[in-house]
Amino acid sequence: MSIEISHVSKRFGSFVALDDVSVSIPTGQLTALLGPSGGGKSTLLRIIAGLERADTGRVRIEGVDATDLPPRKRNVGFVFQHYAAFKHMSVRRNVAFGLEIRHRPKAEIRERVDELLRLVHLEQFGDRLPAQLSGGQRQRMALARALAVEPTVLLLDEPFGALDAKVRKELRDWLRRLHDEVHVTTVFVTHDQEEALEVADEIVVVNEGRVEQIGTPDELYDTPANDFVMRFLGPVTQLGDRLVRPHDLVIGTGDAEPGAVTGRVTRVTRIGFEIRVEVTTEDQVVVVTLTRTRFRALDVREGSTVHVALAPEVVAETVEAA
Amino acid sequence: MTSATLAPDRPAAARRSARGGRLTRASGLGLGIAMLWFSLLVLIPLTAVVVTASEGGWSGFWDAVTNEQTAAAIRLTVGTAFGVTLVNVVMGTLIAWVLVRDRFFGKRLLEILIDIPFALPTIVAGLVLLSLYGPESPLGVDIHNTRIAVFLAFLFVTLPFVVRTVQPVLAELDPEVEEAAASLGASRFTTFRRIILPSLTPAIAAGAALSFARGVSEYGSLVLLSGNLPMRTEVTSVRILSSIENDNLDSAAAVAAVLLAISFAVIVVLDVIQRRVVRRG
Repeated sequence: MSIEISHVSKRFGSFVALDDVSVSIPTGQLTALLGPSGGGKSTLLRIIAGLERADTGRVRIEGVDATDLPPRKRNVGFVFQHYAAFKHMSVRRNVAFGLEIRHRPKAEIRERVDELLRLVHLEQFGDRLPAQLSGGQRQRMALARALAVEPTVLLLDEPFGALDAKVRKELRDWLRRLHDEVHVTTVFVTHDQEEALEVADEIVVVNEGRVEQIGTPDELYDTPANDFVMRFLGPVTQLGDRLVRPHDLVIGTGDAEPGAVTGRVTRVTRIGFEIRVEVTTEDQVVVVTLTRTRFRALDVREGSTVHVALAPEVVAETVEAA
Repeated sequence: MTSATLAPDRPAAARRSARGGRLTRASGLGLGIAMLWFSLLVLIPLTAVVVTASEGGWSGFWDAVTNEQTAAAIRLTVGTAFGVTLVNVVMGTLIAWVLVRDRFFGKRLLEILIDIPFALPTIVAGLVLLSLYGPESPLGVDIHNTRIAVFLAFLFVTLPFVVRTVQPVLAELDPEVEEAAASLGASRFTTFRRIILPSLTPAIAAGAALSFARGVSEYGSLVLLSGNLPMRTEVTSVRILSSIENDNLDSAAAVAAVLLAISFAVIVVLDVIQRRVVRRG
């Protein structure tokens, strides 16, 4: 395990940011700390980097107890949401900073910076100032700067949070591919479940200062440990007393199967390739999503009486609603 | 290197075009008023000083400036202003740092006190200094009639300049930038020297220029305490006044022209230094 966090707690005044958190982060993987804002995930990341001190608990990085080490001795690369660019230095000088203060030979620095600028696709921008770059370019510069010192772990705090949706998606794909090449242990904080599911090898769900669940994207999505994780990772609806995913439900018009709920279709909405059907039963509104093809085959419209049941292949995977 | 690709990069912002373009009527009018104002208040009086100084010809000018007593006054004034500016650069930055970064009891009060040398009529400052450090000093410190008195008076009136120029810039600095430097392995000192100081340099230089200019021109705060002894504690402003009182306007203008040239040179030099430091990082 690359990073081991054991029994870490942190308070800011009376606010409990982290409450006895223990997590192990595997070497060489891309791990997401996922959770709602104010849930403690950024604090956890900053404690790993040494930018914040834990009140109690230990942090070990690559087997070394880093709890009492200052940030500069942890060999950790950190990327901030708002880039934290050195504004008075060119892109090159920004990337070279970590190497320059380590007094590496000039030729070596030049070579390494060239290599990194190619890696982040900024080779023509080396002489620009950060202010002359777009947000996405600045964040890539920050990433190159953090990678320059060959950190044992790379930490990214909402790295794409300040970018617009299109650039965010591009950078997300690019980060995934970059990680497949560089293989440095990477932890990134996000509140965007889609980002975490798409990019991460492993996801740690953090909420209200506690770890809710740790697992691969598939495990979290298919077998959420609790209500919170289920709701946070994707759309949910309630069927009887069960919390289920709307796309795990099937609609039938014939005889009611055992366990099926009967109701009237009260609303049909089309969102792109997906059809959202709201079925009102005696005591609740169940939302079902299905593809256009399946919807057409059903011949259902608003006012029809239908039965809603869980698709047989997912029956085993749902949880009790709280 | 990498197979990862991205959409082609777009320049962050389109270059500002038509820099030398024509002015609109409103901005033309604005520029006209600004120039007229500036000319009336600054350019014409300054030119008048230079013209008056040159009326006695080059030899007249040179005689006035190299007059033993005048030269001593210029040396004292410029030298002291330099020294004081140097002290202010260090102390002003330090005070600004404390005011921005630290929390302590009485901070708000200190904030207000810093501005007192701005607000106080200089002659009142002189009176304060005289009663504190004069012959009847309650502290037992008598610097009356010494060059230290000149230095102290300069220090007193120039204190706020560097503090007030550095403070807002320091407050605007993003703490994450320092954290980034730390995570890259920089010590506190390296972070200060390579990251914080270059960001503060333009502000420090501006404060230093103001501080120097104010020092050179100081009169009221030192006139009581320094004793204005020729060759020892007489500063240029006092010297100019006595020249005028002796009806020697040419000599007064010559000294003024020299001070003008020195102040201008200092401002230019500070600007050059400032640009260098910022670029070097």
